[in-house]
Amino acid sequence: MDLLYKIFIDPFMQMGQAPDLLVQTLWEGLVSGVLYALIALGFVLIFKASGVFNFAQGIMVVFAALTLVGLYALLRRWGVAPGDLAAYLALLLTIGVMFVLAVAVERLVLRPLVNQPDIILFMATFGLTYLLIGLGQLVFGGESKVMIAEDLHLPSGSIEVKMLGGFVNFQKIDIAAAVIASVMVAGLAVFFQSTRIGRALRAVADSHRAALSVGISLEQIWIVVWFAAGIVALATGIMWGARSEVSFALEIIALKALPVLILGGFTSIPGAIVGGLIIGIGEKLGEFYWGPLLGSGIESWLAYVIALLFLLYRPQGLFGERIIERI
Amino acid sequence: MLYREAGQYKTNYATDVAVFPLREDRIGLAVILLIGFVVLPLTANEFMLQAVLIPFLVFALAAIGLNILTGYTGLVSLGTGAFMGVGAYACYKLTTFFPQVNIIVLAIASGLFSAAVGALFGLPSLRIKGFYLAVATLAAQFFLSWCFIRVPWLYNYNVSGAIEVPSRYVFGVPVTGATATPLTRYLVVLSIVVLMTWVASNLVHGRIGRMWMAVRDMDLAAELIGIRLLPTKLLAFAVSSFYCGVAGALLVFFWYGGAESAVFDVNQSFFILFMVIVGGLGSLTGSFFGAALIFILPIALRVLSPAVGLPLHPSTVEQLQFMIVGALIIFFLIVEPNGLARLWQIGKQKLRVWPFPY
Repeated sequence: MDLLYKIFIDPFMQMGQAPDLLVQTLWEGLVSGVLYALIALGFVLIFKASGVFNFAQGIMVVFAALTLVGLYALLRRWGVAPGDLAAYLALLLTIGVMFVLAVAVERLVLRPLVNQPDIILFMATFGLTYLLIGLGQLVFGGESKVMIAEDLHLPSGSIEVKMLGGFVNFQKIDIAAAVIASVMVAGLAVFFQSTRIGRALRAVADSHRAALSVGISLEQIWIVVWFAAGIVALATGIMWGARSEVSFALEIIALKALPVLILGGFTSIPGAIVGGLIIGIGEKLGEFYWGPLLGSGIESWLAYVIALLFLLYRPQGLFGERIIERI
Repeated sequence: MLYREAGQYKTNYATDVAVFPLREDRIGLAVILLIGFVVLPLTANEFMLQAVLIPFLVFALAAIGLNILTGYTGLVSLGTGAFMGVGAYACYKLTTFFPQVNIIVLAIASGLFSAAVGALFGLPSLRIKGFYLAVATLAAQFFLSWCFIRVPWLYNYNVSGAIEVPSRYVFGVPVTGATATPLTRYLVVLSIVVLMTWVASNLVHGRIGRMWMAVRDMDLAAELIGIRLLPTKLLAFAVSSFYCGVAGALLVFFWYGGAESAVFDVNQSFFILFMVIVGGLGSLTGSFFGAALIFILPIALRVLSPAVGLPLHPSTVEQLQFMIVGALIIFFLIVEPNGLARLWQIGKQKLRVWPFPY
């Protein structure tokens, strides 16, 4: 009885008693949800266009962030004087690197493996993950770095807002992350809906063969999606890096994004966003209000359990396309 | 020349369905067993036994377990590491409660606990398929990993949070703990692996294996021809987890001699999955090949890199190792997506018809 009380009544009492804490928790959940959604977005882009479950998305985030920081340091050493010039130059160069990576992946991994079963492609992205981990550590060293948030003119500091009988603390970088994420999602939506390449992308997602037969180049499309996923990875890396630091530990956020994916559905961009927010908020609320009951650290699996429960009702995720099976 | 079926007649049904239809295959198997049980114990040094052979066998057993689930039944699982952990912790608890019971019996019995947990987490597999299921099994992985840390009862309230293997004797000979020689442990592991491989071979070649493969090829069609999906899938989960659990118990008790929860984290699951894919999905031989390649490759790289004359920093070697393993995985997948087992088969087929091309 006591346990039931602690599970079903006590947390809600706490929420009611300290609404400012609740708002703070919700906000933190929202922010981490946005970042999960960004990673999930990278997954969805690639899965939609090529049916590849890209496990390397997490390491691409790290790789992009490391490249940015590394190039910046290099440029400064070469004497590019103003910090912000170097930062933006490094940003451009990193985008170039992500493009080269996209082309290389298409040439060396996807093209030879075309028409293989999904699991083989999945394993190939695993190989890619290892390759990128090794390469990143070899070039940039294994120690963690500080994101060049100031020179990129990302806001820092925080705003305290008085509400509901208390103070709620908003980090400015979190607000920036939310804004940038929304802009990026809107941009991608426009790109998908109304540009020529976007339409071609949707055609490829529908059916590879039909797309080929009307003259859409699969190679080109794959490069475009991997490049787009690379840019999303870069943005995620900057945001996440500015919140903590850039290190290979970031790689595990890819594992955090997986429940977001199954919750939202592998093929749906809105799904990635909504899924990210649900998981982010659910995780923080669970950790804060129900966590003490079970001992800390339930964050590590709570997201998966939430996703699993959703899946039992909708096996294709919230927004996924309905799975139709034929004999 | 040496390997062909000319002159070997199949005169009854039993010889026709034999797992090893050719005499040369049977001789080859006997030779391998002879090498494993007699030649290697006589010749191999301690390093070879402890650092190469024992882990190779343990990982091969885990790979067989995952192969039953992923290769034969078509259910991708990323929870292998956790299921191995369940086996290891179960064995630890069992030997705490029943210190006088034969540790080998307990190691195998601990597989039952793992099987039960595996079947429980296999329940969603009826509704969830493909990558969705793979991610769902990660729920098992993370939840169980969390349990290994947060439930102190599992490691007997040790301050370190790790399990330490006590010394256990079988017929007066120490088989686990600090006093056991690598040779004894190797022989115990080898016997268990051989026995369980034999059982697995009989399973996958029999009615149950056929059911699993039917489900793998198309589960709806399998249901239509009268295979009940839920029991079949759950059985696959249970058997697979049983094998992984025993492998986990062997890993801790006969190789590491003590382990923290980190041993059974998600990377272990990926590691075993590599072995299965590189070795060949749906092949028991492939599980051994995969374990050999993925486990021994990094060791070989470490040993070889000074030999080539590259005076590399240890951390550089590690990074290069990551890159080489990653590149090799991609390379193998491109060259032979069906794994090393397929290459082995092609080789045998070529020998069979030699000197003709087909």
